Amino acid sequence: MDEDFIVLEGLEKVFQVRRRAGRLRRERREVRAVDGISFTVRRGEMVGYIGPNGAGKSTTIKMLTGILTPSGGRLRVAGVDPSRERTRLARRIGVVFGQRTTLWWDLPLRDSYALMRRMYRIPEARFRENLERCVELLDLGGLLEVPVRQLSLGQRMRGDITAALLHDPDVLYLDEPTIGLDVVSKATVRRFLSGLNATEGTTVLLTTHDLTDIEQLCKRVMVIDEGRLMYDGELSGLHEVGESERTLVVDLERELPPIEGVDGARTVRTDGPRQWLAFPASASAAPIVSQIADGWPLVDLSVREPDIEDVIARMYGAS
Amino acid sequence: MRLRGVYFAVAAGSFRRYATYRIATAAGVFTNTVFGIILAYTFTALWSERPHLGGYDQSQALTFVWTGQAILAAAALIGGGFQEELQERIRTGDVAVDLYRPVDLQMWWLSADLGRAAFHLLGRGIAPVVVGSFLFELALPVSPLAWLAFLVSVTLGVVTGFALRYLFALSAFWLLDGAGLNMLSTLLSMFFSGMLLPLTVFPGAFGEVVRALPWAATMQVPADVLLGQYEGARLSEAYTFQAVWAVVLMAAGRALQSLATRKVVVQGG
Repeated sequence: MDEDFIVLEGLEKVFQVRRRAGRLRRERREVRAVDGISFTVRRGEMVGYIGPNGAGKSTTIKMLTGILTPSGGRLRVAGVDPSRERTRLARRIGVVFGQRTTLWWDLPLRDSYALMRRMYRIPEARFRENLERCVELLDLGGLLEVPVRQLSLGQRMRGDITAALLHDPDVLYLDEPTIGLDVVSKATVRRFLSGLNATEGTTVLLTTHDLTDIEQLCKRVMVIDEGRLMYDGELSGLHEVGESERTLVVDLERELPPIEGVDGARTVRTDGPRQWLAFPASASAAPIVSQIADGWPLVDLSVREPDIEDVIARMYGAS
Repeated sequence: MRLRGVYFAVAAGSFRRYATYRIATAAGVFTNTVFGIILAYTFTALWSERPHLGGYDQSQALTFVWTGQAILAAAALIGGGFQEELQERIRTGDVAVDLYRPVDLQMWWLSADLGRAAFHLLGRGIAPVVVGSFLFELALPVSPLAWLAFLVSVTLGVVTGFALRYLFALSAFWLLDGAGLNMLSTLLSMFFSGMLLPLTVFPGAFGEVVRALPWAATMQVPADVLLGQYEGARLSEAYTFQAVWAVVLMAAGRALQSLATRKVVVQGG
């Protein structure tokens, strides 16, 4: 059970979309938002779920919370079929939709939390403890009496994360939790989430467009595109799958024609005495460096790791 | 029992939420009062010409006007309740947030609407009636029991009104833009609740039909209860009429809700 805390087997969601095809005629079209996705998540894991807009991330999350019924496949969260037992499961999960809020817009933050306490039947002592911890770690002191509509986006997001955690959920779904936040707020949220996962053992599924979130929080990452799972594994493994390249930047004594004839590397750019050479991320830089040092007047060099965004963009492009 | 605590908290929060906007409340009271004065003079003209129209004498007719103004905001007779808000949440997809909570959507919104209605009855209902009773001769009851009977009827009316508007609101799952239906909903409610003209004035089969429709439960019946038109056993008939509509429409709302949440797409990423 702990090994298969979240289980998806060939999960599908198909939407019927009607489109105007003529003055009166409507065309029915099938959109396969989630097209046969399978994976399992262990209890206590923190997983990144990434993909371009419209890839099916939010649809997956909505099925995991039970508010959308899958069209096909099998889905279990903590042994429960979410759409059949939505209300029962709701007590065990926490959800943060970055673009939406669960908080009471016109009322002080504290009122929303009091409502959560009743809604999830949280024991008084536990509630106070959890609230205090979130207020301290998410820097919400002094904001509890402020109406939500007066909070900044970053404050509201931290308020929403607190609201999702007061009832000690086993699973936390975060849909774009850092969207639109400034650098400081992002850092606070990330620090908090990694602490939560470490101390409480909360299972976290995180969708984001900000790859820094993933790099700092998740060992495991899943990439989906057009409703299919493209990659599931360690973040570092993405480089191999994405056929990514490292870059060797060399500074020569003077401006020379592009370096040629080096095994396993090719020159991709020159700018005065500086030249850029690309080589496979899996290859060693040492033989390339020695070849260049032998044949060219080398002054300085550095190696640049591949940019994860480029890797993923290439994966999207290839699909 | 604990879960009832949630719904009570939702109602209380909703009450506080509406209480936050004092200027809006004052503007509402002013509107209700002006509207009441206009209707009162219209009714005065009508009842001088046709005394005992619809079985009311003139002071009863005027009381009917001001009772209508007292209930207007509470029963959201011309809109302004949860309807537009829920539709907007459906349209933008924010309803997803409401759906993953461990509570029932219909009960959640009913609680919120009852909290709002309680505030509107106090905040927007009392002042216009006080003003009206200074300006016109009204036939308000003195017995506390009559007022209690009225409050029970208003509550049943608010629930019936909620159940009706919930059906209109859920249409947004299919139509996305509820503006057209809302206009229809308001129009039907304005006329068939008895707000513009008591439903008792309509003769023949048309009168019978309009008095049997659910909108009659939202205003006509509570006003008649206050006017003492239902006495003894007939009072329980009035309550039964309201309660049956409330139950039937709430059940219809539940059916539509389960259809909506099962079949329909939650909007947005």
